[in-house]
Amino acid sequence: MNKIVSKEFFSENVVKLEVEAPLIAKARKAGHFVIVRIGEKGERMPLTIAGADVEKGTITLVVQKIGVSSTKLCNLNVGDEITDLVGPLGKATHIDNFGTVVCAGGGVGVAPLMPIVEALKKAGNRVITVLAARTKDLIIMEEQMRAFSDEVIVMTDDGSYGKQGLVTNGVEEVIQREKVDLCVTIGPAIMMKFVSLLTKKYDLPTIASLNTIMVDGTGMCGACRITVDGKTKFVCVDGPEFDAHQVDFDEMLMRMGAYKDREKADMYKIGK
Amino acid sequence: MAEDRNVAWREELRQTIKNKERTEIPRIRMNELNAHYRATVSEEVNQGLSKEQAMEEAKRCLDCPTPTCMTGCPVSINIPGFIKNIERGEFLQAAKVLKETSALPAVCGRVCPQEKQCESQCFYKLKLKKEPVAIGHLERFAADYERESGMVSVPEIQSKNGVKVAVVGSGPAGLSFAGDMAKLGYSVTVFEALHEIGGVLKYGIPEFRLPNSIVDAEIVSLSKMGVEFVKNCIVGKTISIDDLKEDGFKGVFVASGAGLPRFMNIPGENLIGVMSSNEYLTRVNLMMAGDDEADTPVLKGRKVAVVGGGNTAMDSVRTALRMGAERAMIVYRRSEEEMPARLEEVKHAKEEGVEFMTLHNPIEYIGDDKGRVKAMRLQKMELGEPDVSGRRSPVEIPGAIEEIEVDVVIVSIGVSPNPIIPNSVEGLDVSKKGTIIVNDNMQSSIPMIFAGGDIVRGGATVILAMGDGRAAAKSMHDYLNK
Repeated sequence: MNKIVSKEFFSENVVKLEVEAPLIAKARKAGHFVIVRIGEKGERMPLTIAGADVEKGTITLVVQKIGVSSTKLCNLNVGDEITDLVGPLGKATHIDNFGTVVCAGGGVGVAPLMPIVEALKKAGNRVITVLAARTKDLIIMEEQMRAFSDEVIVMTDDGSYGKQGLVTNGVEEVIQREKVDLCVTIGPAIMMKFVSLLTKKYDLPTIASLNTIMVDGTGMCGACRITVDGKTKFVCVDGPEFDAHQVDFDEMLMRMGAYKDREKADMYKIGK
Repeated sequence: MAEDRNVAWREELRQTIKNKERTEIPRIRMNELNAHYRATVSEEVNQGLSKEQAMEEAKRCLDCPTPTCMTGCPVSINIPGFIKNIERGEFLQAAKVLKETSALPAVCGRVCPQEKQCESQCFYKLKLKKEPVAIGHLERFAADYERESGMVSVPEIQSKNGVKVAVVGSGPAGLSFAGDMAKLGYSVTVFEALHEIGGVLKYGIPEFRLPNSIVDAEIVSLSKMGVEFVKNCIVGKTISIDDLKEDGFKGVFVASGAGLPRFMNIPGENLIGVMSSNEYLTRVNLMMAGDDEADTPVLKGRKVAVVGGGNTAMDSVRTALRMGAERAMIVYRRSEEEMPARLEEVKHAKEEGVEFMTLHNPIEYIGDDKGRVKAMRLQKMELGEPDVSGRRSPVEIPGAIEEIEVDVVIVSIGVSPNPIIPNSVEGLDVSKKGTIIVNDNMQSSIPMIFAGGDIVRGGATVILAMGDGRAAAKSMHDYLNK
């Protein structure tokens, strides 16, 4: 069950895993996520699905080593099994022919953006993808993105690849240049906050896929709750995608810091 | 049912002691761990009865010709039948009697609100105005005796009929349904969303009240009866009800239980440190967050307030003590009399040092500069007229507001039904509250789908869920044999 069939390093800390999960591969749609757990004392960690191969019965996960659980997952090798894997969870992305869509991905957020870009392209949209990272080595999945995008704009903080600047600079360039109907953004919470602030200025409808803390991931615990348009919502069942302009990103960022100290202190558990 | 009352041994047993003598025996007290010690550990608080204690308590039961106690039991356990077996020392036989009607006697003996059910209808209580027979303690004794004896009887199973039925959820409703259907010869597969079997018995009820080993033993029994369990599989997400149909399942019992926790929608409720009891208990019970080697963290809290007055609130506040809280408080807007929690849980909580702030209702949480909750504002209440629930409703006392320091708040004011099946099955009748609507036979608007437990009741007890499982099994059996 849940055997890892291939593993590829995108960079030192970012790993792409292909995992046997035939039922999930068949049921999943763009935007869905899974919960994984490594080891009998492992925690439940949500990861958005980056792709699936129904015939092979596999799903693709892209993981960045950040804390204990993500590092444990990255340290697994081909042939190893993930202790628990459940999904697909959350609501699928609403796909339609919107016209022109800007897809803005940052860091490993590019991976879950991939199936959305593909679905939007297949639905007839003009898709312009903005990929952003700190530096050249951290830009991932560029080739796959090009296959389903009318244009790919690469932004790096240090200018080592593509254009120098932030993801917002890339998005703004497109908005100023042509009529855009929708923006989809996935990446670190702080990045999505700034993309949202930018597109709000231009009245451009924007969808953000949120990555809050979860425990069960199935709508039972409420750890993932956020405020959208003044109302409490649960990312695991109401999301993970929301109207970015209505999301209280500051509250979300604050809540995501709940266990930061503990996460650092726990890194000794790696390898156990 | 009363025919087994006339068997020779029972008639003889009734003659051995005069009823007057029986009624003079004082009710047994459960052996408990010392309150001071137990508040620091996860060991089970109730230590069970010894054989001698159980046999002595069993003598109190008068073996009434019309056992009113049974009318108080949602699954109509043959109460005098099992108690008299304890009195004569046939403990394994007592367990067998229990298992005729209850799939999980060791669980029910621990978590049923007996004082509101069987024990409230005991002759002692109704007519003698004395303490009722300790039916719950005796049930637990018989079930534990059987398990510990290593001679667990596997119920008789009718020959396999080759019909496949599916169960969604492995909590008390699902397990009791699975047991009954397996007995009838069905091939039963239970699908569970989480990585552990047992539902609320695992993620919700803490170890100190219901050890996981007890639940696991019951699951092993079901496996021996041929019930299959599939973990990490969400019906309505991973597979659909249509997939099940295609796979040859002829009936589906939906027992998917609780869903989203309720919050009060007051300012500051999303501050760090304010969480639902589902989150808190899942972290500690299912994910073992109290164990330093476990990867899942939990905010332990020095000053912990739990909002609510039900069993889950008591479980949460007592868990907080065990996680090291210096101050653990129940904040409840009505008075103690209206609390829905079992009496024993309230008693245990008090013995362990939990403070009860009744007639207080939270109106706001206040955070520090990092967004962590540091205080809560409470509106003082008084009791007014009875409301629809029959309980006196709490009314605000104008201007009576106080503020207390807290660093963890656990909101335990109920849950809404799990939305996954209601949202994913077309044509399924669902109430405004999100519960699945069923007829008297636990059958939904889609004939092959039956439902029970919290997904139908919207928040009830383990025993009611089990009763639903039994009723649904009987109806589905009838439906499939039409």
